[in-house]
Amino acid sequence: MKIHEDFSKIIHDPYGYAANLNDEKKIVGTVCSYVPEEIILAAGATPFRLFGSFEKTRLADAHLQSYGCSLAKGVLEDALAGKLDFLDGVVFTHTCDTMQRLSDIWRINVKDIFHLDVILPVKLDTESARAYYRDVLQTFRVELAERLGVTISDDDLRRGIVASNRIRRAFGRIYDMTAQAPGILQGEELYMLDRAGMMMERNRFADLIEETANKLSENVTNHTGASAPKRIFLEGGICNYPDIFNIIEESGGVVAGDDLCTGFRYFSGLVDETNPDPILAIADRYIRRISCPAKHQGTTVRGERLVEMARERQAQGVVFFLLKFCDPHAFDYPYLRDTLEKAGIPVLMVEVDDPLQGEGQLRTRLEAFMEMI
Amino acid sequence: MAQNDEGKEKRKIKATGRMKEIMTSYYIDAKTAEQTGKKVAWITSGGPVEPLIAMDIIPVYPENHGAMIGSSKMGVDLCLKAEEMGYSSDLCSYARSDIGCAPVSGGPIGGLPKPDMLVCCNNICGTVLKWYEVQARYFNIPLFILDTPFTHVGFSAEAKNYVKRQILEYIGFLENATGKKFDHDRMREVGKLSLEGQRLWQAVLDMAVNRPSPLSAFDAFFHLALIVTLRGTQQTVDYYKLLLDEMQERVSQKIGAVANEQYRLLWDNLPIWYRMKWLSDKFAAENACLVADTYTTAWCGSMKYIREDDFLDTMAEGYSRIYLNIGVDQMADQVIAMAEKYAVDGIVMHSNRSCKPYSFGQYDIQRIVAEKTGIPTLMIEADMVDARNFSEGQVETRIEAFIEVLKGKRRTLEK
Ligand code: SF4
Ligand code: SF4
Repeated sequence: MKIHEDFSKIIHDPYGYAANLNDEKKIVGTVCSYVPEEIILAAGATPFRLFGSFEKTRLADAHLQSYGCSLAKGVLEDALAGKLDFLDGVVFTHTCDTMQRLSDIWRINVKDIFHLDVILPVKLDTESARAYYRDVLQTFRVELAERLGVTISDDDLRRGIVASNRIRRAFGRIYDMTAQAPGILQGEELYMLDRAGMMMERNRFADLIEETANKLSENVTNHTGASAPKRIFLEGGICNYPDIFNIIEESGGVVAGDDLCTGFRYFSGLVDETNPDPILAIADRYIRRISCPAKHQGTTVRGERLVEMARERQAQGVVFFLLKFCDPHAFDYPYLRDTLEKAGIPVLMVEVDDPLQGEGQLRTRLEAFMEMI
Repeated sequence: MAQNDEGKEKRKIKATGRMKEIMTSYYIDAKTAEQTGKKVAWITSGGPVEPLIAMDIIPVYPENHGAMIGSSKMGVDLCLKAEEMGYSSDLCSYARSDIGCAPVSGGPIGGLPKPDMLVCCNNICGTVLKWYEVQARYFNIPLFILDTPFTHVGFSAEAKNYVKRQILEYIGFLENATGKKFDHDRMREVGKLSLEGQRLWQAVLDMAVNRPSPLSAFDAFFHLALIVTLRGTQQTVDYYKLLLDEMQERVSQKIGAVANEQYRLLWDNLPIWYRMKWLSDKFAAENACLVADTYTTAWCGSMKYIREDDFLDTMAEGYSRIYLNIGVDQMADQVIAMAEKYAVDGIVMHSNRSCKPYSFGQYDIQRIVAEKTGIPTLMIEADMVDARNFSEGQVETRIEAFIEVLKGKRRTLEK
């Protein structure tokens, strides 16, 4: 199926898109899937996820050592180079050590736009953490409204929640369909949908993604299932490489699901629209959602849920994408690998860095993996 | 020559022997805990140890273990072990060496005593959270996380509430783990001793304002062990009294840590454990003394938030506002304050691959310090435990070049 051209347009020129959008909307930069985008939407602004553009990081190198991840560097580079001038503000959340320091460095060096920290709890499995989560989001609501010069009522929040949920529901359907009939969307197309969903004006995006889901559902019934490629589940952090999806497909695989920071994890789980306390409802979604490794939901939860997800998607193998210097994911890898292998699911680990190096070798490894599973 | 040796003898710190005794008997206690029926808790270096002491639980510090592994130059081997297990070589080398050590009982003391429980406070980094999760699975024991929200620009009321609630949860956790009731009277005593220990430790470090400084950062790295591990005990208080007396004595006799102190420097970040002697000789040979550092003061830097008569309640704030849990600009302010207090001529920053929260932001601190004070900085790229990330030739050249800069500055000043 051909996806709407607006998706590819925004992927190819995100900043150009944002600059245009900025004429009518406030834009708030975000760095992580933990930024509560419902609240930004409630303020009438558009959340815009920053990924950095992967060029030379000459300016960022004066602030971050060589052992910082390329995401942090790329984002900082663009900010220092003035490429993000379309932003009205930026919001950081507490995740890993690199993000903490990136937030500081940004605050000290990037002036002219507002900067907010949402210092979320790190553990998500206690009542006190839940209460704190709610408090922090409430403070964020007040601070953001102040910075944007608006007020945010409970009804505004509910509208934000509904908009985000529409998108999540559509993604849920799309992911279910790709699991059922992998190949109805190419991996690269799915990647574009994911990304666009983190940057595009959300009402427009919600319309487009629903339309996409509807169209796909017509295709899914007719789908005959090509030459039975190997079903692969992707696990890991930031994945900035659409090429990887092509390589997987060319090696005889098909992406049957993912748990990437820049993939399904962003869209998974709904906010309860009936909760009388919308802020608590937003907090609860984050608390229950599959967590990022920088958060703690218990010592064995991530492994259990990963096995569950891989099974649900009938994955024949799991491929890890670990971004170089990304500590939280690197710490979890050995244990997740062992847990998967114990469950009889083979694992391949790929370390990626910017720019993507050794494509030939990557292809060979993926091909070998596909043959083996 | 003979005279030189005599000077060297005079410069040795005598309390060192006592310190070694205390640490040895502490590790023996910990290692035999199983026989004596005592519980052992592993705890992060920035974690609140006082409730453990009050509960008679023996605290053990994997980071201190990491330092010992580094000092005994066993770091590379154990890091490799962790890498074989699948841990990336880019992860913190304290974590890697400890994780590598557990299954083989390796390292200088044949592995740490097995823990009954884990206490992880993330006020120093997010690494410890992941590291303690690994060990909680490995040993299959309960893990308590004290989550101290990052204080980029300040400590919010909601964060304070949250940490306070967790202190109560912490106590509940310890009661569960030991089957004993928490003794609040004992806690008050321990709290007092903890603060007294911290004050004495700060007083020892303050001695470095004298010229020549009676101690160097290398000495501080060594004598730090007690304020980290046995904070809250009488033993620690007694020891630092002893050490303080000796320092005062040295000051009155003008005995310096470095024979001919010409340049006074401030060290930033963790030590390079496997190169302590080499570095110390190197700087001494240049007549430079590292009089102070940002690392060893971290254990008394947030005293101002803690009230002696209400330790338990106020420690929420004290433990949340420690050096690594604050914003880079606040860190720069502290570096400047220290540079002024100890009247240093230069700053040596260890850009430590292992410790991202300590190292990211150093370039900005360097710039802020230069703008506000004009004090020059030397940046050394290394790692605290993993010697593969240390290039002797490069570091040597950079130190020499830096001293030349300081000499040049001094010449211009004298003109
Ligand atoms: S979680 Fe990983 S990818 Fe994200 S900022 Fe931290 S180190 Fe970089
Ligand atoms: S990352 Fe830094 S603060 Fe954390 S354990 Fe390692 S050395 Fe210590």
